[in-house]
Amino acid sequence: MLIKTARDIKNSEITPENIFRDRRRILAAGLAAGLLPGIGLDTEAALPDGISLNKTKPWPNSIDEEYSDFDDVTGYNNYYEFGTGKTDPARYAHTLVTDPWSIKVEGEAENTGTFTLEDILRPHSFEQRVYRLRCVEAWSAVVPWVGFPLADLLKRFSPTSKAKYVQFFTLYEPNQMPGLRYPVLEWPYREGLTIAEAMNPLSLMAIGLYGQALPNQNGAPLRLVVPWKYGFKSIKSIVRIRFQESQPQTSWNMAISQEYGFYSNVNPRVDHPRWSQASERRIGGSLFSARTPTLMFNGYEAEVAHLYRDLDLAKNY
Amino acid sequence: MASVLIAPLKIITCLACLTPFVWLLLRAFAIGPLDLGANPVEEVLHTLGKSGLNILLITLTITPLRRFTGLHWLVALRRMLGLFSFAYLSLHFLTYITLDWGFAWNSLIVDIIARPYITVGFTGLALMFPLAITSTNRIQRRLGRKWVKLHRLIYVIAPLGVLHFYWQGIRDPFEPLVYAGIVTLLLGLRILYWAGKQRMIRKS
Repeated sequence: MLIKTARDIKNSEITPENIFRDRRRILAAGLAAGLLPGIGLDTEAALPDGISLNKTKPWPNSIDEEYSDFDDVTGYNNYYEFGTGKTDPARYAHTLVTDPWSIKVEGEAENTGTFTLEDILRPHSFEQRVYRLRCVEAWSAVVPWVGFPLADLLKRFSPTSKAKYVQFFTLYEPNQMPGLRYPVLEWPYREGLTIAEAMNPLSLMAIGLYGQALPNQNGAPLRLVVPWKYGFKSIKSIVRIRFQESQPQTSWNMAISQEYGFYSNVNPRVDHPRWSQASERRIGGSLFSARTPTLMFNGYEAEVAHLYRDLDLAKNY
Repeated sequence: MASVLIAPLKIITCLACLTPFVWLLLRAFAIGPLDLGANPVEEVLHTLGKSGLNILLITLTITPLRRFTGLHWLVALRRMLGLFSFAYLSLHFLTYITLDWGFAWNSLIVDIIARPYITVGFTGLALMFPLAITSTNRIQRRLGRKWVKLHRLIYVIAPLGVLHFYWQGIRDPFEPLVYAGIVTLLLGLRILYWAGKQRMIRKS
């Protein structure tokens, strides 16, 4: 059928009004910032010149679930560099400076060096992907990310045959990130993937959500999204990418290795030592919303299960 | 003077103890700009648990405060504080079994047994139950010295509560450690007082 009736339009295709208004506000603010140099939006990550989200295409494999509320996704999350409370990132991340931004690429690859954010983004076209997000703390969300496949980026650096793993680092700027004063985790925050995981088509380099640039608290200007793993694997505000032969260190594993492994795949059958991972709570629900069963690999079993065929997932949590 | 103050002080204490609950209700019913945030069940659980623990620690400060200041009538507030703490922690547990787990008894029982932090919290609350039901004047009189001994269970309950708080946390131990410090101080003062009394007895 060519003509879409109202009933054919998925809830998730309709831009919620608050976001529509937000876009207008950001557009207006952007215009103002252009006309009056020096006055910009410090809470909104500005994309580099020439990079626009206007041509973002929908990704055909997005899940058909209602998005979480924009305010919940941007107001309730973890970003320990800005505090360990769930509302701390939204409250304190305005101090993060994302312009200028550069990314250092090093290790087992032919094209290493330091690249500006514009260099990194320019060749890519962006798509909107609606993914489930499952935090290791047993809450979850549905987020429309904007980004491009991580594989497309990594291939540009021509990793060598020795590149078995990729490690990522978050910005370390104590002046901008008050949480770095506390030795809660090993700073700078670091995460890693096997090269096969990184090259999996689901692995996303995200630069936006809900049709706009990433807000600081969600990891501006560039973050990873690995939807079949617990949220802490999806490292924020990336400044360094390293290809290496050995399994990289990851901050949570360094902190408590018996609770957080290198893989950290979403798995309802392998509990966290202190709580059950069999179910989760969708954020934005009411007091009476029931828990939702957690899906194997967060519902992405068909896409990623083959990566772990020979692995004991209870041991390699 | 003191007796004149007791009645209004009791009312003030009662209102103060009710405040977190009323605040929670206002947030739950989204009065004005208030709400429970993105994860309301978790917010209710945490607010009730922490209010109960706070009031428990305040209950434990009554005796040392009385000994230091000589304001012996403070003891008149202790029972109310203890019962409020029990009420908050019972609501905390009820929230956990109803709103959080929706009466999924099988998962619940597994959770209580298999998760040490829940076992610890549950044990603490269970130990509060005999204290709550023996809190009337009549029972207190009838039990006499036994009542005093029974109510020393609070010295076990408070550390269990703090351990539960510490253990459920993800990574940031700062707040639970502050609570642990307060409990250590409050129990330590009692040990010092007791040791002092022993010395006095031996001297005489």
